[in-house]
Amino acid sequence: MENVEKNQNFIVRKFVESTSNLGKSIIESVDGLGRFTRFILRFFFWVFKPPYRYKLFFEQFYFIGNKSIFIILLSGSFTGMVMAYQTYFGFKLISVDSLVGPVTALTLAKELAPVLTGLIVAGRAGAAMAAQIGTMKVTEQVDALEVMGINSIQYLAVPRIVAATVTVPMLSALFLFIGNFGSYMVGTKALMIDEAIYFQKIGEFMFLEDIWQGIIKATVFGFIIGSIGTYFGFQVTQGAQGVGKGTNMAVVWGMISVLVLDYFLTSFLIHIL
Amino acid sequence: MQFENNAVSIQNLTKTFGDHTVLKELNFDIPKGKITTILGFSGAGKSTLLKHILGLTKPTSGSIHVLGNDLSKLDEVELRGFRQNFGMLFQYAALFDSLSALENVAFPLREFSKLSKEEITERSAQLLESVGIQKISHKNLPSELSGGMRKRVGLARALALSPDIILYDEPTTGLDPITTKMVNDLIVETHEKNSNREMTSIIISHDVKATLKISDFVAFLDRGNIIEYLPAKEFANSTNELVEQFINL
Ligand SMILES: Nc1ncnc2c1ncn2[C@@H]1O[C@H](COP(=O)(O)OP(=O)(O)OP(=O)(O)O)[C@@H](O)[C@H]1O
Ligand SMILES: [Mg+2]
Repeated sequence: MENVEKNQNFIVRKFVESTSNLGKSIIESVDGLGRFTRFILRFFFWVFKPPYRYKLFFEQFYFIGNKSIFIILLSGSFTGMVMAYQTYFGFKLISVDSLVGPVTALTLAKELAPVLTGLIVAGRAGAAMAAQIGTMKVTEQVDALEVMGINSIQYLAVPRIVAATVTVPMLSALFLFIGNFGSYMVGTKALMIDEAIYFQKIGEFMFLEDIWQGIIKATVFGFIIGSIGTYFGFQVTQGAQGVGKGTNMAVVWGMISVLVLDYFLTSFLIHIL
Repeated sequence: MQFENNAVSIQNLTKTFGDHTVLKELNFDIPKGKITTILGFSGAGKSTLLKHILGLTKPTSGSIHVLGNDLSKLDEVELRGFRQNFGMLFQYAALFDSLSALENVAFPLREFSKLSKEEITERSAQLLESVGIQKISHKNLPSELSGGMRKRVGLARALALSPDIILYDEPTTGLDPITTKMVNDLIVETHEKNSNREMTSIIISHDVKATLKISDFVAFLDRGNIIEYLPAKEFANSTNELVEQFINL
């Protein structure tokens, strides 16, 4: 009897605890979202203000590209190749294997290229941005900028966010190209789809809108990855541990944002394009 | 204390974070052209005070005048421009770790002066040599320099725009005795070299012995207020209980 009561108390206590924890984490996320929004607004305030530091932009442009290009080439080609295989064996059952080309091309253009590129860049460059800025924060380099009268958002965040916004669609285009090349090789050389038909069907089913959809998505992903990476860098407060945590948060939230935004962008763009 | 010429003049400064009052009705004048040190226990509010002088933090109430300018009258852009009157040496130098020693010193010149590329390089090299960094180290990254050398580079960077006020945040905390002496000598030497243009040095420190040796004036900050402020020579004779405790630690 006593045991039962004890158990009940325990359950009630756990329940209260977990709901209050939930409440706390909801408040914290709302608070965080507010701070992130303010950070974005500050970005838009500073991005249009001179001086425009082109050199910093090109450094970041090079950095993001350089960090991700090899992985993009590798994952792009294999994604295209495996797509060709999978669709081929499915489509063959209903004798539409000539459609492997357009299906792969469309999936890559609208979904796989921008989303996978976004995930890769979030994991590589987004993480690096948080680590760099976080380190500068804890070693007072950010304060040093501010003391000199240089706005740290303008100096550190603006070039990174702008560079990510420009670079991700370019990398996504590269992913698309190399993915289609992989699919073409597997489709025509290994699976023996007729080369002329392969291209003809792509021409028949694929339009410029489809490519635009991917480019617009990738641009938004680039912006959000850059913003999240730099934001978590600036959020770092204490020590090397803080830098690690910030980097981790940048990757997790960068990837989640890409996947969540992808859904909303798809439903939005389908109506517009 | 009253001075003829103030570099910094603070009246009734109060700063609260949430419900935590860090600075309380603080009045404090810092004389021009002298070395003034602010001592105090950890958490006393020294860094917060420094941030107010730099205009990085806004007071909850009270006013701050720096070089005759009321900081509250300056807008964001003017304030940023105004900071060029300051040089600051951070505790761990805070050098930009992707830039070489020379580029670190050149940084403020590139951002704010109208000098040509060659002139900037030449001036930066001069500055580095004036703090005792030899030519062979000019191209080194901060990670390739010793702690003492980093401090020297940080000082050269702080001096690049010939500031009217130079701030040192715990310049010797965490350094070995020899480097500590070197940094203290460097502070005095820098001050003397710039005395013709009345540069003001403000130091935040824990190190009582060195402070009394190198400073002209010493203030003791405790729980948000200046509780003792004397010429360095008289500071050791303070009758304030907390100050006595701090000195004899
Ligand atoms: N941005 C802030 N938000 C909230 N509290 C703050 C903030 N900055 C400082 N404080 C609080 O103000 C108090 C004084 O801090 P401050 O950094 O000025 O002390 P300090 O004298 O420089 O100490 P130390 O010698 O350890 O550097 C501390 O209790 C600190 O927690
Ligand atoms: Mg401090």
